[in-house]
Amino acid sequence: MRLNKYTAAQHASGFFINVFLIIVSVTCVFPLLWMFGSSLKTQSTIFSDMSVIPRAMHWGNFYLAWTKGGFGVYFLNSLFYTVVVVFGIVMVSSLAAYAFSRMNFPGKNLLFFMFLAAMMIPLPGSFVPLYVLVNNVRNVLLNTTAAATPFLLKVFPQSVVFGITSFIEDQFYPRTAYILCMINVGLSFSIYMLKTFFDRMPKELEDAARIDGCSRLGIWRHVALPLAKPAIAVIIIYNALNVWNEYILANLILSSKDLMPLQRGLMVFQGEHITQYPLLMAGMTITVVPILIIYLVMQRFIIKGITAGAVVG
Amino acid sequence: MMNRLGIFKKTLSSLSLFLLSTVFMSGCGTQGAQRPQTAGKKIVVWHWMTDREEAFQELAKRYEAKTGIKVVFELYAPSDAYSQKVRAAAQARALPDIFGLLGEKRDFAAFIKAGHVANLTGAMEEQGGAWKNLLYEKALAVNEFRTDNPYGVEAGIYGVPIDVMNIQMVYNKKLFQKAGLDPARPPKDWAEFVADCQKLKEAGTQGLVSGWGEIWMIDCLASNFAFNIMGPDKVFATIRGEVPYTDPDWVKVFSLFKEMADRGMLASGIVTMVNKTAEQNFANERSAFAFNGSWCVNVYHGMNPSLDYGVMLPPKVNLKNPMYIWGGAGSSLLVNDRSAVKEEAVTFLKWLTATEQQAYLSETTRNLPSNRKVSGSIPEILADFSKGMDNVTHPNIWPVNELPKVIERFDKGIQSIIIGEKTPEGLAEELAKLKAEEMAKQK
Amino acid sequence: MIAEKIKQFYNLMHNATPKQKVIGTVLFLAALETFFLLFHDSAVFWVLAYGSVTLALLFLVLANLIKKSLSAFFFVVPALLIFSIFYIYPFFKVLQLSHHAWDGISPKMTFVGLSNFFEIMKDRIWWVSMGNAGYITLIALTFQNALALALALACDRQIRAKNFYRVIFFIPPVLSEVVVGLIWRWIYDGDYGFLNYTLGLLGLQHLAHNWLSDPNTALTCVAIIHSWKGFGWGFMILLAGLQTIPKELYEAAKVDGANVWQSFKNVTIPLMIPVFVLVMILTILGSMQAFVLILSMTGGGPGYHTEVPVTRILASMQGSSMFGYACAQGLTFGVILMMVSFAQMGISRKLKQA
Repeated sequence: MRLNKYTAAQHASGFFINVFLIIVSVTCVFPLLWMFGSSLKTQSTIFSDMSVIPRAMHWGNFYLAWTKGGFGVYFLNSLFYTVVVVFGIVMVSSLAAYAFSRMNFPGKNLLFFMFLAAMMIPLPGSFVPLYVLVNNVRNVLLNTTAAATPFLLKVFPQSVVFGITSFIEDQFYPRTAYILCMINVGLSFSIYMLKTFFDRMPKELEDAARIDGCSRLGIWRHVALPLAKPAIAVIIIYNALNVWNEYILANLILSSKDLMPLQRGLMVFQGEHITQYPLLMAGMTITVVPILIIYLVMQRFIIKGITAGAVVG
Repeated sequence: MMNRLGIFKKTLSSLSLFLLSTVFMSGCGTQGAQRPQTAGKKIVVWHWMTDREEAFQELAKRYEAKTGIKVVFELYAPSDAYSQKVRAAAQARALPDIFGLLGEKRDFAAFIKAGHVANLTGAMEEQGGAWKNLLYEKALAVNEFRTDNPYGVEAGIYGVPIDVMNIQMVYNKKLFQKAGLDPARPPKDWAEFVADCQKLKEAGTQGLVSGWGEIWMIDCLASNFAFNIMGPDKVFATIRGEVPYTDPDWVKVFSLFKEMADRGMLASGIVTMVNKTAEQNFANERSAFAFNGSWCVNVYHGMNPSLDYGVMLPPKVNLKNPMYIWGGAGSSLLVNDRSAVKEEAVTFLKWLTATEQQAYLSETTRNLPSNRKVSGSIPEILADFSKGMDNVTHPNIWPVNELPKVIERFDKGIQSIIIGEKTPEGLAEELAKLKAEEMAKQK
Repeated sequence: MIAEKIKQFYNLMHNATPKQKVIGTVLFLAALETFFLLFHDSAVFWVLAYGSVTLALLFLVLANLIKKSLSAFFFVVPALLIFSIFYIYPFFKVLQLSHHAWDGISPKMTFVGLSNFFEIMKDRIWWVSMGNAGYITLIALTFQNALALALALACDRQIRAKNFYRVIFFIPPVLSEVVVGLIWRWIYDGDYGFLNYTLGLLGLQHLAHNWLSDPNTALTCVAIIHSWKGFGWGFMILLAGLQTIPKELYEAAKVDGANVWQSFKNVTIPLMIPVFVLVMILTILGSMQAFVLILSMTGGGPGYHTEVPVTRILASMQGSSMFGYACAQGLTFGVILMMVSFAQMGISRKLKQA
């Protein structure tokens, strides 16, 4: 292969592109490294020691962060909430987005407009009415169970009845309320995002499936979802990140410690006056890892292009 | 048809999966699931003081051992999340038995008027005022409403302070020595302060650092200077609208900041520093003076245990008047008026402020106790802070309070003076105009 | 006969021109507002609010029944249910509150009609904060999205370590604001900051100053941090968009004899336009609502130079206990954002047709 102007330009542009990529990467990686390095320092050296990775590494900070921050339960909770909410959003929003994109029904434009508008209008202090709503429903629930208990006691043994009522009141209801709230938070964005991607899908595959006798739901499940994998991957990442990092709603709606997500553990290190930086950084490093794993897994779907089935004609 | 069944099956399976996981989750919880209510009573306390959580848990254990009543401390941090939680809970009538309130006096008044806070005057006055006399007067005053208060609240004491604090200046003794100043003689008045900063500058050290990115800190120092220059009465008169902000005394207050900025006495970047950054700055010995509250003892100890520093009042500008500082109750706890265990809650708070518990709290968390009778084993520097308690005042005990809009313009205006965007006279005029407008609206 | 009228009304709405739609919406909103103003009293307000929503929903179900598209409608029902419970109720509450003066605590609210909104119009600082947010958004739209696009294009090609870069670029959005704030504050520090240090090395010592406290540079510095934190999203979405362009189209173009630039112009750009619009709208929404970083970096200062609408809303809510005013601010903000976004969509639709 002769070194002509064309290939030289290609090589040169390739080189500059790589340099560019590397510079940007460095700015992105540095904070992560710094965070990790800080978690190995002590409170007194964290801002005076200028090295990124300290000489004396206090690995014990990670253990302390885990125990002091009560990470065990919080971690599981966060995992639970993230999985359920993401699953819920993907289901609900892809159904709605598919309908907005590929079907015609009265009110379609109006409803889509409504979801869009919701994304654009931030409601300050919307947390308070939400909390009041959740609490009112909870009171209704409490009254109902209190009223039903005497009757149930006649049939079932005491421990069973109380076990069920306390499960519903303390576990099932708050978790469900929180999950539904979080699903709502990500709904508008997810619907908008998915509709954009559904719109761009070639219609031929769907037509082929319809000719084959597939119902609408079947098309949604077998054609639309697989084709929109990159978009769904983006939705998963976006919502997972949101739920994983969320603490305002969690603080309001969840009252008992064993329901709280991971962010609660981190907040413990940020006192009113004192921030325990090394423990906080250790906690954050622990928190960042699952999200990066989710991203690593999901981003593979973003790179998979349309390989299944060529466009006919 | 088959698809509908398929969907039904799928929904059922996902629902059951969901339910199963919640069961699993609840297994990880600590629910005893024993109903109905056990014989022992329970007091729920909400707080935001992350640093004291362990101490609180220990005290809760001791109390349960002593009286059999379970005290549950629930921590919600950071402070604005806590604040939101309390306000939301107030709306839903779901407040706990004991809680703290982070906010201004007017918020406090609103809570009382809405029936969320119990009046503790009776408990305080019992046995000839036994409880009341145990606590620092200034700390109680923050939780008290006088007879003619502008909020229309029935007079009385509504909260219990569990520690006291005040905001003064600290100075780095080592940097003093480096600049050839006497570490035992901090500046007493403005002239000395300026001269000292000049010497420090020559030695390559920055002068004063403070969290003036948080505007209330500017308000604090400006208010201290104002009280010193013109005396409390004139300040209150200004708030009432009787004296305009264009008065020369106020211009003098503003020019102090201009002078500090012009002479390079302030740490660089001070106008956008949050207090935590300012604390790092002082702990890392980059500045010789810091304007901070007594909580800083704990903070500096964590960041630089070998820091050698002393406490001083802000330098007097008017030598004839005393210098005032802000202080009073550090944190206070209130009792929910609608609580089912009100009596027990009050008793618990009495116990919490008793000498032994206060000594424990002050030792473990390095805060000044609100109990007068606690002595010994407070770190020396903290004892120095407590010496300033006589000069203490606080907006929450003033007879009148300035409008929030004016306060914000005041504080941001001083920031602008420091960066050279406004002049003291210009700010004074702007404030006078704004004040007149806002007062007209109130009518 | 009523069914006929409904059908006529429905056809009118469906076939309206954009101008008619806008006028119709404005009239509808005005009527709605008057309605609510007249009945601000609590119980009646809620009956009307929920009544109208229920009526609208029933109307939709009815219309779908008539048109036999119920099965399609059911696709949207789950989302609609969740949305109406968790968004519509707070929305009406905020709407109600924005017409009252309330401190957030007392059980009583004072009705003030539209005066909160008039206050906002006169509030100079509010508009300064809008301008600041607009500036941040401008920097984000140009700098941030150009960077995201460049990186997405670079990673779309077959280059080494593609996966590695994909992960790296997503780190900033994942990092907590605490860490980002600490690092960037150190970079921008006036005395010991990395930026000034580098400038010194490059011989540009005279440019070094306190970046965050200087009124001229504070906002730009904050905007840059915001863009740095946000470009990962744009990168990811743009990359997803690039990757879903069928390879066959590129091959067909090559067969037709197109070079790199032509295939870019004729294949990539047209298919990416909806994605561009998506990214732009998300950027606008995200940047205009930024506030967490600003609070921790500058607290809105110096003066009012880095105040943004959300920090103003927070100040109204917490600082001055003017909850009703804060709600009014939020609604005004939202309406402006909506208008900007829809204008954006409209422009891009016109461009697509061109």
